[in-house]
Formats: sequence, structure tokens, C-alpha cells
Amino acid sequence: MLEIEHLVKHFGALVAVDDVSFSVARGEVLGFLGPNGAGKSTTMKMITGFVAPTSGTAIVCGHDIARAPIAAKQCIGYLPEGAPAYPDMTAAEFLDFIAHIRGFRGREAKRRIGRIVETIHIGEIMHQPIETLSKGYRRRVGVAQALLHDPQVLILDEPTDGLDPNQKYEMRKIIDEMRSNKAIVISTHLLEEVEAVCNRAIIIAHGRILADAAPAELARRSRRHNAVRFAATGAAAPQLRAELLRLPGVATAEPAEDGEGILILPRDGQDIVADVADLARAHRWQVSLLRVEQGRLDEVFRDITTAAARPAALAAAA
Amino acid sequence: MRNTLTIFRREFVSYFTTPLAYVFIIIFLVTAGMLTFFVGNFFGRGQADLQPFFEFHPWLYLVLIPALSMRLWAEERRLGTIELFLTLPIRMTEAVVGKFLAAWCFAGVALALTFPFWLTVNLLGHADNGVILASYIGSWLLAGAMLAVGACISAVTKNQVIAFVVTAAVAFIFTAAGSPAVLGAFQGWAPQWLIDAVAQTSFVSHFSAITRGVLDLRNIAYFVSVIVAFLWANAILVDLEKAE
Repeated sequence: MLEIEHLVKHFGALVAVDDVSFSVARGEVLGFLGPNGAGKSTTMKMITGFVAPTSGTAIVCGHDIARAPIAAKQCIGYLPEGAPAYPDMTAAEFLDFIAHIRGFRGREAKRRIGRIVETIHIGEIMHQPIETLSKGYRRRVGVAQALLHDPQVLILDEPTDGLDPNQKYEMRKIIDEMRSNKAIVISTHLLEEVEAVCNRAIIIAHGRILADAAPAELARRSRRHNAVRFAATGAAAPQLRAELLRLPGVATAEPAEDGEGILILPRDGQDIVADVADLARAHRWQVSLLRVEQGRLDEVFRDITTAAARPAALAAAA
Repeated sequence: MRNTLTIFRREFVSYFTTPLAYVFIIIFLVTAGMLTFFVGNFFGRGQADLQPFFEFHPWLYLVLIPALSMRLWAEERRLGTIELFLTLPIRMTEAVVGKFLAAWCFAGVALALTFPFWLTVNLLGHADNGVILASYIGSWLLAGAMLAVGACISAVTKNQVIAFVVTAAVAFIFTAAGSPAVLGAFQGWAPQWLIDAVAQTSFVSHFSAITRGVLDLRNIAYFVSVIVAFLWANAILVDLEKAE
């Protein structure tokens, strides 16, 4: 539904986006992740036709954004970064303007606005000027604007930025409810968001795609994936660690940084919890903590993106 | 076309949601009146025409029109709404023309509100209403030309004050080009065709030809081509500069 083909953008000598290609199918929610300045927003601006790429293009529902911009833009709902809206208009006037531009008139416009107002819960602020709205409501008006024409492709640049935890939860629920009949791309630097709503994540840094996988699979690349947290009495801590290290699958066994027991890291992510349990039973230790860690996305993110900063490691990471 | 109308409506209404519209109209009417009665010697001339009223329009517009045009694109860029606006399924020409028409029609409203002057001359004597109508059309065209210049300049900056000042300066050049002072500077060394060319680029020479009652097609064509040329440049500049 959305195909990105070799997008490149140069700003003078700076290469903001460097040969980015991916495609998003209906039903997919793609999390576009990366540190600030990685090229997330620039890529989104190129997909939506705001910035002309240096080379490459985006095909939206079969329409090339460069050759058939109007047809492509009709298929896209876009929330630009910061959710810009005309401050002197009320939310109702603003949505009415968008509805007209999207080609809806009279009763049809009213019906669509009414439906979206209900989904996004902005009924109580419809007649306030946008400049008087809180950040959360302003962002919701921006999302309402993007959803008004029920687009097949939805591009949301930081949809939950600046929202409080409840509003974030609401926004994710809204995205989740729409996923079945749309291709959705959201950019964010919140990893928990990716885990909560996305079924696919792309990590980008310095304009390049460094990883493209399901969030759970990315987390599996973490050193902590299948690590075991362990605490027991019956032997002194150094002795416990020495015994654990004798297990063939164990790489390290160090006291956890957060002080909660011993963190046992496996070799090559293999499953070691059964071996650890057997060992404890054999030594008659009283186990008070035995838990398998899932691997952490933030760790993977940090590894991948900081490795990209060192040119030598770039090839290995990609 | 339909989108142009939608954009026009949004822009036109937005003039009235801020105090700008009312401040503009009041200042325009008061200054126009003062210039006509005190400087233009409206009553002293003993003639039932609006010559002293229209005579000052180019100079009045020089200050007031940039105030209308400065926000057209500069504000969109400052607020970031330009990204929303230009990713909607609209053509650049629709966006440019819609915005321009809104400003132009607003200037038309302000101009139309000077109708008491017209009533006054008609009460005082037998005015030539054909000349007055031609002058109103000329004045509106002049406002349109300055607005097109201003819209174009507004497209290259985020800063409305810069847009105002630069527009006023460019409009001044266009206005003063036909004045004796400028033409005098060319006299003596420049060939006659150059002097004529400079005089021909002036807003004032075309405008005063119209206010004399000659609604010559060439003068109308001049203003229309200035409007079209600057709006065309406006579209190109918005496209080039939108994401800067």
C-alpha cells in the first residue's frame, strides 16, 4: 500500500536520508524509530510530498507522489510534527475546512466530522479557538484532521509527543482500533510505544535503515534476551557465581546493576533457565528468585544506533 | 476551482477573526479622508470629482497593502501550518490564487467602504460617475498588483516584519518609477526608450491614466500582467522555499 523506493535527501553537504527503502502493507503498524536528527521526519515529509527527494520516490496506493501528487495525497492522512493547525480557527471551523478540501460537502462533511469527533473525544472543545487548547487536545485535533477522509495510508509524526500517560494510552488505543484496514507509519522515540502498538519497527540513524523487524524480534537481539535473574540462599554469593559459570551455556553471572539478584547472561541467547534450575536443585540451594528476561528494546536501540555513530561498526550493524 | 474557493473563504474569514481587519479599515478610511480633505483640497477646488481622493491612493497603499500581504505565507511558515496545508490534495495554483483573492477582496471591501466620498460629490454637484467607477476599478487593480508583489515576498520569509518592509520598499520602487524625480535622474544620459521603459513600469503612470477616465485596455493589461507574473513567481518560490 505504501512503497518507499531508494529515498535520498541532501541538504547541501548534509545527507539527511540515505537510500531508504521499505514497504508497508495494509494492517501493518510500522514504528519508525531513531534518535533526534536521524531522518525520520524528513522521510515522512518526502512520503507526504512536502519535501522533494534528491532521488527516489514513494508510491502511495499505486500513485507516485512525485508524478501524481494529488492522487497520492488523497490517499494519505498526515499528522506533521508538532500537529500544526490554524490557531485563530475553532476546532470545528478547522475540521470543516479540511473536510471541504477533502471534497466533502454539507451532510456528508457533517457526518464525517461527527464520527471523528466521537472517536477522538474532542466534542467538548469543538468551539474553542485552537490556540486556547491544551497540547493534548491540539494533537487530537491534528489526528482528527488526518483521519477525516478515512485514508488508506496514515502517517503520524510523533502522535503522542507531549501527551500525559492517560492521553498516550488513549491515542494508542485509537491507532490500534484503526489498524485493520490501513497501512500506518508512526514515528516516535518512545520504545514502549513501539512495543505497545507496532507490529514492525524500523530503526534509522544518520539517514540509514539499521534494522527492520518485529519489536519482539528486535528485543531478542538484546544481550539480555533469555538472561536469567537468580537469587538463592545456601551458598555465599561468590560461590554461587562460580558454580553458575561452570554451566556450558552461561557467559557471565554478575550481580544485577539494579541489585535484584544475579544476572546470568547466556551464550548466543540460548535457553539456560532449566540448567540453572537443575544446578540449584543439585546443590540444594533455596531459590528465592528465578526469572527469564525478555530482552530490552532500549538496549538494542542504543546498541544499534551508537554503533552506527562509529563508521567502522556501520557495516556490521547494517 | 472548488479548492480555490475553500481556501479563499478560510483566508478571507481569518482577516476578520483578528483585529487586523477592523484596524486596517478604520485607518484606511481615516487617512484617505484626511488626505483628500486637508492635503488634496477637496472643497477648495470647487469641482465635483474625486481626483484628490484617488490621487493619494498609491501612497496610501504603499503603507497599508504590505500589512495585508505580509501574513499570507510568512505566517503559515512560522506556525508550521504550511506543512499541513501543502500536503493536502490541492494544487499550488489553487493555494496561491485562493490566498491572493482573499487579500484582494478584503482590499476591495475596504475600498468599497469609501462610498461616502462618492455620495458627497454626487450631493455637491454633477459628478462624472463613469470616471469615478473607472478610478475605483483602477485603484482596486493597483491594490491587487501591490498585493501580488507582497504575497510573493511573504513566501520567502517566516518573518512578517521583514515581509512588510521589503514589500513596502519594492512597491515604492514601482510607484516612484514614473515620478519626475526618478525620470529626471535618467534624463540627459539615458536613451529615450529607457526613460519610457522606466516610466512604463510605474504603478502611478498607469493608475493616473485610468483615474483621468480612460479605462484603456493597455493600463488594465499592465496591472493584470503584474499580478499574474508575481503570483507565478509566488508559486515557484513557495515550492522552493516551503521546507527551509
